[in-house]
Amino acid sequence: MSAHDHDHDHAHQAVPSDPALRVKALESLLVEKKLVDRAALDALIDTYEHKVGPRNGARVVARAWANPAYKQRLLADADAAIAELGYGGLQGEHMVVVENTPRVHNLVVCTLCSCYPWAVLGLPPVWYKSAPYRSRSVIDPRGVLREFGLNLPPQVEVRVWDSTAEVRYLVLPERPSGTEHLSEEALAALVTRDSMIGVAKLTPPGQGGRS
Amino acid sequence: MNGVHDMGGMHGMGPIQYEKNEPVFHARWEARTFALLFAMGSWGKWPLDALRHQIELIPPAEYLRMSYYEKWITALAELMVKAGLVTRAEVESGKPALASPQLSPALSVEQVPQMVATGGPTNRDVPAAPRFRTGQRVRARNIHPVGHTRLPRYARGKLGTLARDYGVFVFPDTSAHDLGEQPQHLYSVRFDARELWGEQAAPHDAVYVDLWDDYLEPA
Repeated sequence: MSAHDHDHDHAHQAVPSDPALRVKALESLLVEKKLVDRAALDALIDTYEHKVGPRNGARVVARAWANPAYKQRLLADADAAIAELGYGGLQGEHMVVVENTPRVHNLVVCTLCSCYPWAVLGLPPVWYKSAPYRSRSVIDPRGVLREFGLNLPPQVEVRVWDSTAEVRYLVLPERPSGTEHLSEEALAALVTRDSMIGVAKLTPPGQGGRS
Repeated sequence: MNGVHDMGGMHGMGPIQYEKNEPVFHARWEARTFALLFAMGSWGKWPLDALRHQIELIPPAEYLRMSYYEKWITALAELMVKAGLVTRAEVESGKPALASPQLSPALSVEQVPQMVATGGPTNRDVPAAPRFRTGQRVRARNIHPVGHTRLPRYARGKLGTLARDYGVFVFPDTSAHDLGEQPQHLYSVRFDARELWGEQAAPHDAVYVDLWDDYLEPA
C-alpha cells in the first residue's frame, strides 16, 4: 500500500488534513449556516488573550498573603472567595485552593485530558496538556519537579491533584521571604503561573525565576 | 474506555517541553478553533463529557500525534454531525446543503461575557445520599467501562482514604452517552503514592483523585 492510499484509510478525517484549512472551511460553513457569529468568536478569543489569565490567580494569591481572614475564606470556600475579586465562571465553576507549606507541596495535573482552572489561570500552556506532563506527574512528581528546576527534600510531602472531575485546583504558593513590606499589588506581581500549578516555588524579589 | 488518553503512570513520553513566554495561541487557527468549540457548545447539543469522549475516540496513534486544538476541531466536526447541526457532506465540502435546517439565533457578542462568567456548573441541587464518609477507607472499583469514564486506570482496585465530600455532581459516565445525569456524590480520595506505584514512590507522597460514588466500594 502506498502512502497515498494510506491517507485515504482515515475515514473519520473527512476534512482537509492541514488544520488551518480545516478550521477555515468549518468556520465559513458555520457562519453561512448562521450557527456562529464571527463577532462572538472574536470576543471569546479576546477574552482569553487579554482579560482572563494568570494575573487573576496572582491577585487571589496576593490577597490571601496580605489578608489572613481572606486566606481562611479562600481555603474554606474558594468559589465565594474568588468571586469576591470578581473571578469565576467557565472552567472555574468549582474551585478548590490547596496551600503549599514548608512541609507540603501541591502539584496539579489532569491525566485524562487537560482540565485547568481557566477562570484564574487562563488557558493552559502546551506542556501542561502534553503527554510527558500528564503521564509522569502522578507516578514521578519529584522527577517532574526536578525537570522544572525544583528539588524537594524527602521530608516534604508531595500531594498531586489529578483533576478527574469538574473541580479545578489552584495552588496557593508560599510567600517568599523579604516581602513583608510589599503592597498587595506588588505581591501579585511576584506570583507566577507555574507557582499556582505547583511546578515552581517563588523566589524573593530580585532573584529571578521563570514565568 | 481504556484509551491512550488515560496516560497517568505511563513511561516513554519524553521530557517536558517548556516554552518561555508562551503565547495563549500559537496560530490564528488555534484561536478560531477554541472559539468555534465554545460558540457551538452554546447550542446545548452536547455536554462537556461528550466532547471529552469524542476526543478519546480519536485513534491512539493520531491522538498522540495531534496537537490539542487539532483534537478539538476533529471532535467538534464529529459532534456537530452526530447532533445534526451539519451533515458530513457539508463538513467535506465546506458548503451548506440547499435544504439545510436553520437554527437561530447563534451565540451573540453580547452574550459572551455572561457565558464566560457563568460557565457550566455541574453540581446539582438534588437529594442524593452519600455512600461514603470523610475519613473512610475506600477502594476504587476494578472496572473497565468501554465508554467514557473518569476513573483512571492507575487508581482502579487501589485503596484510598476519603478526604473530602464535594457534594452532588453530574456523573460523566452516563452524561457523556446521553444516559442522563445520574447526579451523585463526588469525593476527593487520597491514595498513598506507594499504594499506587509501590516501593519506588516516596513514602509520604500522595495522589488525590476526584471520584464519584459509583467508582467506589467500601474497603
